[in-house]
Amino acid sequence: MGNTVNAHVDAHAHDHHEQDFWSKYVFSTDHKMIGFQYLFTGLFMAAVGGYMAYVFRMQLAFPGESVPGFGTVTPGNYNALITNHGTIMIFWVAMPMLIAAFGNFLIPLMIGCDDMVFPRLNRLSYQIFLLSTIILLAGFFVPGGAFGGAWTSYPPLSARGEYNLTPLGAPIWLVAVALEIVAFLLGGINFVTTVMNSRAPGMKMMDIPIVIWMIIIAVVLFMFSVGPLVAGAVMLLFDQVLGTSFFVPSGGGDPVLFQHLFWFFGHPEVYVILLPEMGIVAEIITVFSRKKLFGYKLIVYTTFTIGVLSMIVWAHHQFIAGIDPRMASVFSFTTILISIPIAVTFFAYIATLYGGSIEFKTPMLWAIGMIAVFLVGGVTGIYLGASGLDIYFHENTFVVAHFHYTMFPIVILGGFAGIYYWYPKMFGRMMNETLGKIHFWGTIIPFNFIFMPLFALGIGGQHRRIYNYMNFPDLASPEFQDLRVLATTATVIMLLFQIPFVINLFRSMKHGEKAGNNPWKANTLEWVAPSPPPHGNFPEGMPEVYRGPYEYSVPGREKDYWPQNVPN
Amino acid sequence: MTAESHGHTNYVKIWGILLVLLVISLVGPELEIPVLTLITAFGIAVVKAVMVAAYFMHLNIEKKYIWYVLISGIVALLVLFAGLSSDIMVDDGANWQDCIATSSCVEQRL
Amino acid sequence: MSFPKPIATTREVTGIPTGRLAVWWVIASEIVIFGGLVTCYLLMRLKHVSWGDEAANTSTAAGALNTFVLLTSSLFIVLAHAAAEKRDTVKSFKFIWYTIGMGGVFLVVKAYEYTTEITHGYTIFKSVFWSFYYTATGLHALHVIGGMVIMAIISFDVKKGKELQRVELIGLYWHFVDIVWIFLFPLLYIAK
Repeated sequence: MGNTVNAHVDAHAHDHHEQDFWSKYVFSTDHKMIGFQYLFTGLFMAAVGGYMAYVFRMQLAFPGESVPGFGTVTPGNYNALITNHGTIMIFWVAMPMLIAAFGNFLIPLMIGCDDMVFPRLNRLSYQIFLLSTIILLAGFFVPGGAFGGAWTSYPPLSARGEYNLTPLGAPIWLVAVALEIVAFLLGGINFVTTVMNSRAPGMKMMDIPIVIWMIIIAVVLFMFSVGPLVAGAVMLLFDQVLGTSFFVPSGGGDPVLFQHLFWFFGHPEVYVILLPEMGIVAEIITVFSRKKLFGYKLIVYTTFTIGVLSMIVWAHHQFIAGIDPRMASVFSFTTILISIPIAVTFFAYIATLYGGSIEFKTPMLWAIGMIAVFLVGGVTGIYLGASGLDIYFHENTFVVAHFHYTMFPIVILGGFAGIYYWYPKMFGRMMNETLGKIHFWGTIIPFNFIFMPLFALGIGGQHRRIYNYMNFPDLASPEFQDLRVLATTATVIMLLFQIPFVINLFRSMKHGEKAGNNPWKANTLEWVAPSPPPHGNFPEGMPEVYRGPYEYSVPGREKDYWPQNVPN
Repeated sequence: MTAESHGHTNYVKIWGILLVLLVISLVGPELEIPVLTLITAFGIAVVKAVMVAAYFMHLNIEKKYIWYVLISGIVALLVLFAGLSSDIMVDDGANWQDCIATSSCVEQRL
Repeated sequence: MSFPKPIATTREVTGIPTGRLAVWWVIASEIVIFGGLVTCYLLMRLKHVSWGDEAANTSTAAGALNTFVLLTSSLFIVLAHAAAEKRDTVKSFKFIWYTIGMGGVFLVVKAYEYTTEITHGYTIFKSVFWSFYYTATGLHALHVIGGMVIMAIISFDVKKGKELQRVELIGLYWHFVDIVWIFLFPLLYIAK
């Protein structure tokens, strides 16, 4: 087989040299280039979302004053910024970075094949995603401004232009989200099919790296949970554009129905984002503690359990929406139950670290930082899962702080961990360790100063959907305002500390130290390919797999790692 | 799936059975017995769907886990139905008044 | 420019050809989309007894005719698949176009129904039942149109004997669209 395969790969490499700029960077069908497209779109949108956070945090700390780089924030602006910050960070940063970028880049490399099974479908998926990005941002430039009904877009507020005062912004937002979902459905089908059908010879189910398992389970979870929301989005769009009354009670509709449809997707979505990121962390901690991953099969099975359980917890977002209290008890129970498999997985990670020869390289710092910060998010989740407590906490900033203590480690810390870890493979050069460490500490310390105050504010009863606290005498006490100023200052500092990353990212592409094939001495198949991998990925011939991905420090072997493709 | 294994299914016969079932599902409601209507309308829909899936879509000779994939989707829907039923199928809150839309302040701001 | 197929496409670890596996996943995600809509409809329908009276205004005869049309089209496309497996490309081409024709008949009947209903005042705005009716049947009709377009495109390759596996793939999709109608028919037409 070797000869024909090599001939095939050579043909690919030949094509590669003849490509002009457009077919190489814009209309590429190569999974790596599509991964980069997703990655850089995601990073760009992260900057946009971060800018929005800066503007509305400034408004909260210094209400009514002109914000440098934006101007005066009107209530309409404030709502639009909050809404689009949430939407962008979930749908245009977390999804494209954690699932699409890493999924596209890693899946073919880690399972040892040359591309996705449907390269053109892959390209279409990115193009639809790009279109959705443009549509979303266009919402800011239409009369009436961008949609401001929160990223959950609850009707009836979102269903009628008379209510939300953004008759054009609302449908534009909805269409953008719907297109984004379509893009990920197409990409997801491609991912699942590729991993099911195109693994390297010898790679059994239990030889698949954890990150691939997690991405696939996340994608399947996405596919099974998003359908009702697609139907709901069509119905909501008809409400907005045609004037039907699916969700408008005055016309006989039911607004709580949309909340259910949204959260039936919205809660699994948390795990859709969490799982790939936990996979990234699993890869990193095994490599940098030079130890076999603790309980590979245990982690795979608990991930399945997380997937199944996450489908039956959604209504804990609606405890204050007047849902049936009997159902609230059921959902309280399942919500607290799901913390068990999550905890099992994290204990397995900590057991992996235990007794390992830990190296604190930059990716490892981000991975451990993620575990530590996520712990706070997880523990405060127990408070909110209990329906009685939730009634107090749900409408104040406690829930905001909890949400960011889970989402921030997942998306930002986990995303950066992945970028620092796979950068040598992506661009063939190492990133600067010093800048990386400055970036890490400059991100994680201010982060805690942003959201720890929000826990305190929330317990103090500070409502979370307020444009200007000074308008409410009961909420405007100076000690609370001081905490808000602290959080805002920390936001600005944290955003400034992203500059070392941007410098590092672009400077290392040209000036970084050459990485070689396997700078971290890791086992998985992507490190067999050259860095950066050429079109076709494995010019030496397609790899075959002889063992699981985590054989580190095996007794009696000369080297402390044992790549999957080495026969013995 | 090989060509030989297809030879066992007589597609025209399956089609004939499907048409007979269609007629039954039409006649059933004419008897005006509610329970019978439910059975003939929805029971037969399920039977028809399973027959199309099994014989026309060849699920009868497909790998088993395709069944599991499709059934997982249906289970997700049952979960959705169960979770929603206690909220959507009650009448509390149906007396909601659309007072915002009628108030003049909103119209002014538009 | 000819598109080089990656090696990944040639592998078949599960034993199911890649194209068919992907179509099954498409169908799985479509089940949840249509299923979500039907679930919403069912919940509201069970709550509002009065929707039975609204449903009395849909034309059972037209619905039944369309069920017959779609069942028949399903038969045609499966016969096209059987012909394609025997590499009888002419027959396969013929049956694909019979299927497209049946899809056309379905759409004509649907258009007639819509016209009658709208002229009698049963528009999408009349009540939430009618909103569901037009949304569900409209989404289904879009799938029918999509299937017809894809079939028309692939039929000419099939006639030349290329990419014959595509007949099976579009067939799977078409049967799924048929099954959706099998459920919409009692939900919207029979149950009064």
